[in-house]
Amino acid sequence: MSLQVKALCFSYGTHEVLRKIDFEAKYGEFLSVLGANGVGKSTLFRCILGLLMPSSGKALIDGTDISELSASQLAQKIAYIPQSHNPVFNYNVFDMVLMGTTAQTGKFSTPGKKQTEAVENALSRLGISHLADRGYANLSGGERQLVLIARAIAQRAKILLMDEPSSSLDFGNRLRVMQTVRGLTQEGYCVVQSTHDPEQAYLYSDKILAMHDGSVIACGKPKDIFDADLISKLYGVEVEVCKIQNDAMRVCIPKGVLF
Amino acid sequence: MKKRFSHGAFLLAMGFALLLCVVISAALGRYPISTKEIGGILLSKIFNIEPFWSPVAESLLLHSRLPRILLACMVGCCLSAAGASYQGVFQNPMAAPDLLGASSGAAFGAALAIVLGLGKSMIVLFAFVSSLATVGIVILVGNRAKGKRVVALVLSGIMIGSLVSSGTSFLKLVADPADQLPAITYWMMGSLNGADPSDLLTAIVPMLLGLLPLILLRWRINILTLGDDEAKSIGVNAGRLRIAVIICSTLITAASVAVSGVIGWIGLVIPHLCRKMVGNDYRRLLPASMIFGALFLLIVDNLSRNLFATEIPIGILTSFIGAPFFLYLITRDGERR
Repeated sequence: MSLQVKALCFSYGTHEVLRKIDFEAKYGEFLSVLGANGVGKSTLFRCILGLLMPSSGKALIDGTDISELSASQLAQKIAYIPQSHNPVFNYNVFDMVLMGTTAQTGKFSTPGKKQTEAVENALSRLGISHLADRGYANLSGGERQLVLIARAIAQRAKILLMDEPSSSLDFGNRLRVMQTVRGLTQEGYCVVQSTHDPEQAYLYSDKILAMHDGSVIACGKPKDIFDADLISKLYGVEVEVCKIQNDAMRVCIPKGVLF
Repeated sequence: MKKRFSHGAFLLAMGFALLLCVVISAALGRYPISTKEIGGILLSKIFNIEPFWSPVAESLLLHSRLPRILLACMVGCCLSAAGASYQGVFQNPMAAPDLLGASSGAAFGAALAIVLGLGKSMIVLFAFVSSLATVGIVILVGNRAKGKRVVALVLSGIMIGSLVSSGTSFLKLVADPADQLPAITYWMMGSLNGADPSDLLTAIVPMLLGLLPLILLRWRINILTLGDDEAKSIGVNAGRLRIAVIICSTLITAASVAVSGVIGWIGLVIPHLCRKMVGNDYRRLLPASMIFGALFLLIVDNLSRNLFATEIPIGILTSFIGAPFFLYLITRDGERR
């Protein structure tokens, strides 16, 4: 049981954005999607979320084509965690997380006791119960990201799609968010993130999907595919890849800086 | 949890204040009726009470004052609910029936119906269709305009609104100056004067038809404020929900405009005030806006009919109170945490 993407293509008019994307992410796995700006990472996510219709190919969740699922069925399988944003109206954190439970209740009903409990659990799971009554807009970027993760958990989806979760965070918050996500995969969540930080992808993920120009150029265990050649293909820069701490981390050093 | 209870108590208190204000309003006026008489007249409809009041008082209360009070409450309630809902679906704190062209569109439709010499229910229908069309055009233009969406929508609303108003002016030009023109002009200023029980009946059906779905959907309006992509990934079909809310809000706006003329600012100011008091969650914001809108318009209408010897059109008063109040709101410091 997993998230599978099979030969997925997408074009805006005649402009081909995604070409034959194939990959699989299992429950308990953390997959990072790497690629330069504008390579089609967001488009891929939007196709998996059912926001865009692929021109061919499909995305499957637990073997079911997502186009066969209703919006609320899909929402209970896969959750989207956007970059921490500035909302128009300043909802408090509790209500923000409660919104994640909407697919579980009828169209004309309001969240009940069960949903309230789900929110309390999600908040305490992420250690942010103390923020419940604060306004979302008054939080720091890292706290907002945790709130959005809590919302995805309250949504009861087991697959989490994260759009550059650490991009606008300071170093400390970035580590906290990554540790939290890592913990979730150990609980059986399947997490797919897009990121601009290859070193972080190597450190935390079980799998890396490397995209260039709308196609997958490498997909596999970080240890197998992460090298100077891949970085140069992905970003067009020459680097030296150093293994440190028994290869627990690989660091990219720009050529010409040290050597 | 403690907080949620206090919000409920707050709503209850506001409801009670509204009830109290209704009774006081019934007593106010050039022909004084005591609260004891009001109670007697109302109860005599159910129980057999020997009248201790004059027949004039009874007829005045039942055929003039009470209908007017109820109409003020209904219109205030609807305009505020429409404003709050528009703000949610457009993710835009500046959205309101007047700024989106819903009011001027309804005014045009209603003026057209008056010029054609049609009856009250046709006025409501014309107002609704024209209002919905105007809002549709405003949305279309606003989405195509370059730059910030919030500003684009408001600007588009002002422009299309002024275009529609020029149409209304033209209708005034061709209207019969003996009876149609004064009717349109006075009614454009907004007034609850001349409300009779039949007006109430004409307006109450579309108002309930619009309000009921809004109340039922109030939790989901929250999700719309997140934007389409996020709403859909949470499991809400944003497109369909948005259209449903826009149609309902426009219906209650049109019904209000058709019976009371253009009464501005309520749809913007009341929801804002309520956001400050009960927060942004539509589960509380919508009921609070409805009660507070009714209360506000009732108080303003009391001023309008009691302040001076001649009645001031209520639209003039709401603008006079609403505009400065809105300026105060937007210049005040940011929200508390």
